[in-house]
Amino acid sequence: MPDVRFHSVFDIIGPVMVGPSSSHTAGAARIGKVVHDIFGDTPEKITVYLYESFAKTYRGHGTDVAIIGGLLGMAPDDPRLPDSLKIAYDRGITVGFVPKSDKVDHPNTARIVLKKGDRKLEVTGVSIGGGNIQITEINGFKITLSMGTPTYITIHEDVPGMVARVTHIFSENNINIGTMTVTRSAKGEKAIMVLEVDDYQPGILDQLKQLPHMINATYFE
Amino acid sequence: MFYTIKELVEQSADYPSVAAMMVHMEVENTTRSADQIRHLMGKNLDVMARSVKEGIAGVKSVTGLTGMEAKKMDHYLAEGDFMSGRPILEAVRNAIAVNEVNAKMGLICATPTAGSAGVLAGVLLAVRDRLHMTRDQQIDFLFTAGAFGLVIANNAGIAGAEGGCQEEVGSASAMAAAALVCAKGGTVVQAANAVAMTLQNMLGLICDPVAGLVEVPCVKRNALGASQAMISADMALAGLKSVIPVDETIEAMRRVGMQMPSAFKETAEGGLATTPTALKLKQKIFGDQ
Repeated sequence: MPDVRFHSVFDIIGPVMVGPSSSHTAGAARIGKVVHDIFGDTPEKITVYLYESFAKTYRGHGTDVAIIGGLLGMAPDDPRLPDSLKIAYDRGITVGFVPKSDKVDHPNTARIVLKKGDRKLEVTGVSIGGGNIQITEINGFKITLSMGTPTYITIHEDVPGMVARVTHIFSENNINIGTMTVTRSAKGEKAIMVLEVDDYQPGILDQLKQLPHMINATYFE
Repeated sequence: MFYTIKELVEQSADYPSVAAMMVHMEVENTTRSADQIRHLMGKNLDVMARSVKEGIAGVKSVTGLTGMEAKKMDHYLAEGDFMSGRPILEAVRNAIAVNEVNAKMGLICATPTAGSAGVLAGVLLAVRDRLHMTRDQQIDFLFTAGAFGLVIANNAGIAGAEGGCQEEVGSASAMAAAALVCAKGGTVVQAANAVAMTLQNMLGLICDPVAGLVEVPCVKRNALGASQAMISADMALAGLKSVIPVDETIEAMRRVGMQMPSAFKETAEGGLATTPTALKLKQKIFGDQ
């Protein structure tokens, strides 16, 4: 069996998107959108580090515009996408792009750093083709988050008992957890949990969000 | 699930068609019903048809580097005096149309990528009336293409930055060829042969976008992909067979992609992208930076 990176027929036929590049525009927007959902807030400052092909061709492909559009919550087929830089400027968000010459594991890699007050989130995403993406790092911790597997991500205060409270909710709903990553990182940022589960059940997200000390919870498929 | 074309061919014997098998697997892997999945694919079909129409009417890209050539092909076709056949030229015109829309940041459906989005839509829209395809049959065409595309994607790749244009326009062309064989009433084995012959003709194709834009040579590479798909389908339907098996061909494409220097993988550092004219255009579009 090969390394299965593409699971759905819609990974191949789709997405419907604003051009010109599925990896450099749609994939970039999706990486931005995932980071937006994890952060759960509008940042004050965005810094995007671009590597290899992303670094060399980002302007021609609209990668910069797409990542910022995603970070503002836009999907790859959002007609406002081409105007995202202006929209960010109007909202008073500071945006910076830094093309890097370092070698990385995948040619289409972006590292996104968001800041708001004392909160900081740093996420690395790769665009693997056809608009499909993977998240490989959150706040310095290696993870493998492939879109296509039901996944919950929580950001919460770093207090005792959070892991127990979160897993209790899944246990009560009879949902099996496949993999689980708990990270606590850099100063100022909170703890993060990434849970890949076997089934999606509506309602769990609300239960997670209502837990004390929970800052944000998101669900991806 | 199928992970090789061999498995795809074997497992499809248990279903009425490759498309039916693909829908069934999609139901098994998601929380969606078959009706919802077909409906979603229908929406993709609608976007494809709209982008063909929009491009033929005439569009110009954001940079002005490409555009208005699908319209030119349409006029040429209307005059009726051409060298190759009408179906193939309509596929070519449609493919150019979609990628011109893509280059102006218009709405398209990536198949498998945006840079290669013209191929599948171009071929389908060129044959659907000739083959009297119903809407359901057109949707099946896309599921068939997607099934073959999944195997190519998982065993090689579909990103120019990973493996060059062979993995984008090459994959798109192979998918279209296979779907066309099935739509014309050929066997799944013939479809597999069409995939093999297509990829063998695409092997080594580099990704060298001028100024890093998905315009030159991408728009006309889609014309290549669409015409090759028609030719491969006809060769397979005529009974021609690939000497090298299709799964070994896909593996060869993966290896070629890995061995390809990064200058030819969507970095705009080689090939057409570093010709004097390309460098001048880059300067004109982006300035000195």
